[in-house]
Amino acid sequence: MKKILLFMVLIFMVVVPVIHSAQSYTVSITQIVEHPALDSMRKGFQERLKEADVNVQYNVHIAQGNQATNTQIASQIKGENPDLILAITTPSSQAVAQKIKDIPIIFTGVTDPVAAGLVKSLMNPGNNITGMTDMSPIRRQVELIREFMPEIKSLGTIYNAGESNSVVLIKILKEVCAEFGIKVEEASIANSSGVYQAAKSLVGKCEAIYIPVDNTVVSGLEAAIKVCRQNKLPIFSADTDSVKRGTIAALAVDYYRMGLQSADMAVRILSGNAKPASMPVESLQNLQLFINPSAAEKMGIAIPKQVMSRADEIVK
Amino acid sequence: MISLYAFMGALEQGFAFGLMVLGVYLTFRVLDFPDLTVDGSLPLGAAVSAVAITNGYHPAIAMSMAVGAGFIAGAVTGILNTKFKILHLLASILTMISLYSINIRIMGRPNMTLLGQDTLIDQFMEFTGLAPYISTPILFAIVSIIALAALIWFLKTSFGLAVLATGDNPKMITSLGVNRDMIIIFGVGLSNAMVALSGALVAQNQGSADVNMGIGTIIAGLASVIIGETIFSTRSVTAAMISAVLGSVLYRVAIALALGMRIGDFAFTPSDLNLVTAVLVIAALVSPQIKANVLGRRLRSNA
Repeated sequence: MKKILLFMVLIFMVVVPVIHSAQSYTVSITQIVEHPALDSMRKGFQERLKEADVNVQYNVHIAQGNQATNTQIASQIKGENPDLILAITTPSSQAVAQKIKDIPIIFTGVTDPVAAGLVKSLMNPGNNITGMTDMSPIRRQVELIREFMPEIKSLGTIYNAGESNSVVLIKILKEVCAEFGIKVEEASIANSSGVYQAAKSLVGKCEAIYIPVDNTVVSGLEAAIKVCRQNKLPIFSADTDSVKRGTIAALAVDYYRMGLQSADMAVRILSGNAKPASMPVESLQNLQLFINPSAAEKMGIAIPKQVMSRADEIVK
Repeated sequence: MISLYAFMGALEQGFAFGLMVLGVYLTFRVLDFPDLTVDGSLPLGAAVSAVAITNGYHPAIAMSMAVGAGFIAGAVTGILNTKFKILHLLASILTMISLYSINIRIMGRPNMTLLGQDTLIDQFMEFTGLAPYISTPILFAIVSIIALAALIWFLKTSFGLAVLATGDNPKMITSLGVNRDMIIIFGVGLSNAMVALSGALVAQNQGSADVNMGIGTIIAGLASVIIGETIFSTRSVTAAMISAVLGSVLYRVAIALALGMRIGDFAFTPSDLNLVTAVLVIAALVSPQIKANVLGRRLRSNA
């Protein structure tokens, strides 16, 4: 008995300080631009580390959309010599991956980390970097649209051909739609003021519009919603915020939760239990379904009962 | 306040963009041709070199392909302006926006990674055996100095002298029987060739070529030219060009300072960065006037 007690005391002396000690870590964060989805990933990350009682000092850097500054931030971070780096978005991750080979990096909000050159494969990242992909669950999103419109034969989409994430998404969208016998009508734009024209060009060419996670289109979304209301054309989105703004429904990745999950990866690295090289890239399985009944009514479409019943949030 | 890494990072960015600043100096000050093509020709250089490197070309060859592409882009702007009589600003904007589409065509996608590719930076690092944060600024400084020397030599040739005179006094140059249009086309081409070379270096440094990397290039270019002119002597063309490159370095050092700045409890937030940049440029623009005013007052009081 004494031995067991002694053993337990020893365990406490060794383990408790590791978890609760005043050991403080430095985490440097780099993010290309301020944007609600990206900001909520950052907040989720910080909240979870706080919950886990990890004592962290943050250096937060945002490049304000400027890639030259983005590269300088990578040098800055190397000088800060943090215990871990959180890189939000593809360009931010590429810049730190290029400059820093000896500090663990967690990326998040990257659609295709293999094409971006960040990891060798999703299962075996291989270097000092791993993280989370925010690849949209496009198949499940198309399936959702088909629940609303089982007979749909043509789907319109608007995206910015200059956003690498969107280009990847549209390619997958076309593959998925081809399987269901749906024709994809594309309208590409260069800036958010082009959304109105692009939406108009799709009227008459398709039975519904799908808006992918595209920063440019999402910032000018109201124009597309206006066109869709006027023409009774259903519009669906790939992010939940857009449902609040007037799209009918979205089955989406929750960026805040994505931040939480990337923090869990960070904790494993900081506690010394894992190395990025052998930590597979994770994705968020837990999706959220948002529905906006008044938008559906304005665009002349009924919401199927079974969809309504499993909604996580019904927008008033 | 600013770490060694951040400082070295500012130097390498300063030299990498120094070539772009030389290009901007050439059009903006020498040719008196405000040229916005640069926002498109910087990613053009990045795109061409990234595709070439990815396809197994030696980085040096990839970079000379970028130079060629940049020259063509600039020459197109020059032709639109001189042969089709389109206002220089508009001509350059037209080339710039076309390059957006062309760059995506060249890469086949908007972002092309260079991570894991054998770039000039890797080769130089292997060659010298120095750590990347030391070898990269040295490499970029060498490339800048070579380009600077070549440009200074060029401007001393008789053709170069004609280029210099074109901006100063277009009437005189025409009366001397020099084909002014040719000089504009060649000059804007040369400028964008340097900008594209800069883009090729920048892409290798940031780990990818990205169609959006050109945004804000012209602002950074003008800011650097003006900072250089304000702080260093610009009495001769040679001095002015050296000042332009040094202006680029100072501009990046200033941004590095702003990124790491903390005064007591006050820290700049990331969203202040654009404001800091603007204030920096305004300060550089205004300081010669202030200097002149103070000097003027002193002279008057002495009299």
